[in-house]
Amino acid sequence: MDSYGDLIAADDVLLFVNAAITSTGQREFHSDAGEQRLSLDFLHAYMLGNYRDLYAGVLALDINDHNAVLIIRRLLETTHEATADQRRSEGRLIACRLAMLPPQRVYGLFGALRRARVNNRRTRAIMRDWLSARPDLAFDAVKYRSGLKRALRHAHLTPAAEELGPFVFAPLTRKRYATPLLETWRRAHHEKAALYELPFTAAEGFAAKHGIPRDVFLQRIAPRMTRLETLRLQESAHQRGATGVQADLTRMPLTRLAAYVLSLPVEDRLRRRHELTHALDSAAARVAGSHRGKWGKVTAVLDDSFSAFGSAHKRRRPLAVALACHYLLAALADEYTGLWASGRTDALLTYPYGPTPLGRRILDALDTTPSRLVIVSDGWDNAPPGLAAEVLRIWRTRLDPERRTSVVHVNPVYDAADFDVRRLSATVPTAGIRDAEDLPPLVELAQFSEGRTGLAELIAYMDTRAARMLSGHNHEQAR
Amino acid sequence: MTTLDLTGLDTRPSQVWGAVRLVPLVRDEPVDDLRLRPELYGDVAGLVQVGPHRAYVSYIPHGFVATWTSDSTPAAAYGTQMSADADSAPAATVGLRFHRRMARRQAKDRLRFLPMHLALEGYLALHFGGPSIAWEEWSQRAIRQGLSPRVEEAYVGAEVHGLGDALRIFEIHPNQCGVMLYLADALAAVFAVPHPDDYRALHPTLLQDLYGELIHHYATLMPPVQEFRARIPDAQIRSLAHLRTAVADQERTWTHFHDTTMVTGLLEHTYTWQTVYRMERFTLSRFLPTFRPKQENHIGEAITDDRGRIAYLKTFRLSENQVRRGHLLSRLAAKDWHLADTAADLAIDEAQLGLRLESAGFGFLLRQDVLDAYRKQERTRDQR
Repeated sequence: MDSYGDLIAADDVLLFVNAAITSTGQREFHSDAGEQRLSLDFLHAYMLGNYRDLYAGVLALDINDHNAVLIIRRLLETTHEATADQRRSEGRLIACRLAMLPPQRVYGLFGALRRARVNNRRTRAIMRDWLSARPDLAFDAVKYRSGLKRALRHAHLTPAAEELGPFVFAPLTRKRYATPLLETWRRAHHEKAALYELPFTAAEGFAAKHGIPRDVFLQRIAPRMTRLETLRLQESAHQRGATGVQADLTRMPLTRLAAYVLSLPVEDRLRRRHELTHALDSAAARVAGSHRGKWGKVTAVLDDSFSAFGSAHKRRRPLAVALACHYLLAALADEYTGLWASGRTDALLTYPYGPTPLGRRILDALDTTPSRLVIVSDGWDNAPPGLAAEVLRIWRTRLDPERRTSVVHVNPVYDAADFDVRRLSATVPTAGIRDAEDLPPLVELAQFSEGRTGLAELIAYMDTRAARMLSGHNHEQAR
Repeated sequence: MTTLDLTGLDTRPSQVWGAVRLVPLVRDEPVDDLRLRPELYGDVAGLVQVGPHRAYVSYIPHGFVATWTSDSTPAAAYGTQMSADADSAPAATVGLRFHRRMARRQAKDRLRFLPMHLALEGYLALHFGGPSIAWEEWSQRAIRQGLSPRVEEAYVGAEVHGLGDALRIFEIHPNQCGVMLYLADALAAVFAVPHPDDYRALHPTLLQDLYGELIHHYATLMPPVQEFRARIPDAQIRSLAHLRTAVADQERTWTHFHDTTMVTGLLEHTYTWQTVYRMERFTLSRFLPTFRPKQENHIGEAITDDRGRIAYLKTFRLSENQVRRGHLLSRLAAKDWHLADTAADLAIDEAQLGLRLESAGFGFLLRQDVLDAYRKQERTRDQR
């Protein structure tokens, strides 16, 4: 039996995990960026002060990069408060998580540590290890030159490669470089052809310097673009007549792909229906992997109301998550029904519009007698307000007390005022969601938030997740 | 003298943000042949798509200023207007340069605030031109110019606390043609248009409308209002079908409650209607309340079709002071501006009425010597 304190601890951790999954400190539909940041800052400070071990352990869960960086930063800032054991386990988690983060985030973190004057031995060691594990530091030197420069200077490091130091700190003093990429960078200053061998972001600056027209530039740089750069620039490139920029949609991650589909005008989606559906299906199948067709009869209620637009910073993000969940659940289930809040039936043509009559839609969903009901919504139910909660409550207490149907609510939006994602009903577990890809582990995690399991189980769960992450990391290093 | 009838506009569940409650009004069948005139929007045009052989009547909500005059000086539509074809200039515009005081404000906030302001003053000035019979008590100015120029105070929507956010996050219903705006559960305004597309275009302009002083205070001082959350008594529920009926009941409960309780201040009172313009099957009219002190009083304008249904509606809730002034003026008008008769009607003496007129801001209407005599009379009465 858990003590009262344990229950509160479990609750707090789940609250924090939900926040760390959903909030990015950016503006949301219902709250602005300031409120989001303030609310998130409080949670971080609260967690660090009360449950340091669990706070570090959250790094192993599927939280978003923004929060991962914040956690790492706070842990490093307060090194002196940790015991030797804590430092060891934290250090492993941090190293692991840093390896998973995109490099620009890590350089950003190093910059933040520098500004906050955090320069303890542990921080320097972590920076050193991360930099030494980078596959190609010369590439970093070209693409993230100022970030790398700051990191080297802050951690008092000398790069292993002999040329790299001079390149970073006094790049144009050398007549030539032996490393091909650095040499290309040097030549790109006065030779137009050379810049097409540089990474896209570096080349973009040189293109502007040389006054190269955008369409010519995009056409020729296409092979050097990363997957996401291609996806991002594809539409604008097509408008400028550069046909070379062609993203391979089948290889894109599911939620990104959904966001891309939603960014297209409805006519384009109609015209490319076959291609887009195929891409979404194959991305979903990839995510489902071995779980494919194992979830039984699933019904989903998906929110496409106006609030699913998100904000100018997270454009259509909640809707993209819902759309991605739609395809993922179709892959996971052997019998699937997707119901959109607006009543529209064509998932591919969905757009954020109208109110949120969730109560009605949940009723329709329960009518299909699913074994699993998944609700993807921002938790604002307004037509009429509270109806979804009532339907779920009565379903749980009177019509299905034996829990033949498992109901779970996943919410892509952090509610700054409540320090948590908004719940539809106390009888239904709610979990924050960032990418639809995380749906299977989140459904696991959501069980905790129903209050049926206590702190011990939660800690055990987090330990297994941490062990999984660490072993995966070691495995990767060994390769 | 008839009441306002909102037949054809159905109420949907309200959405709440802080002290603001927005109640959507939905039309089952939008009015297609009365539409906003597109060119008023300039760049935001492209709303009206009418077939080649279909005529339509367009209307110009009074909140918009455009350069209609041939010499392209700014002009404001004087109240809402109607026109049959897209090219004709509106019949009544107010050249803004003629009103010097307002023209200065025009520089600051021309597009939004001023035309509404004009319309508001128009309401009162239109109905109360001033004394119709030159009784000796009235000043020369009152007889020659009437009540004009008069200034009424109101707040622009952007200054109403929380309204901007509420309108931003409001989820517009499909087929929604209007909205009722409550602040701290006091009805501030009703706004209805013929077609959902018009509504979508005009939804943000609610922020640029005028609201009475009472509404502004409510929004600033009142705590957030409660949502009317659905509650289903679970004792009788045995099956999903039961639950479904209970859900439908919940939806009806709100509509019923709203239509019988929340809007009664607007709907159950009678109004004086004045027809402004008639075109094809539509009639544009303005209405005034009976000015009951210490109660809800709304003024507004409406376009009704041949069956008497509302196609366009806009109301403004008067502040307590405005109601008092309107009350006074309406009683005076009813007695042909005869002071002694009106005073008898109000069960006060003439001097008291004179001083009440003065404190309501109408002192300039009375001759100075008459007013002085009233003051003296009142002083001597106090001493007695």
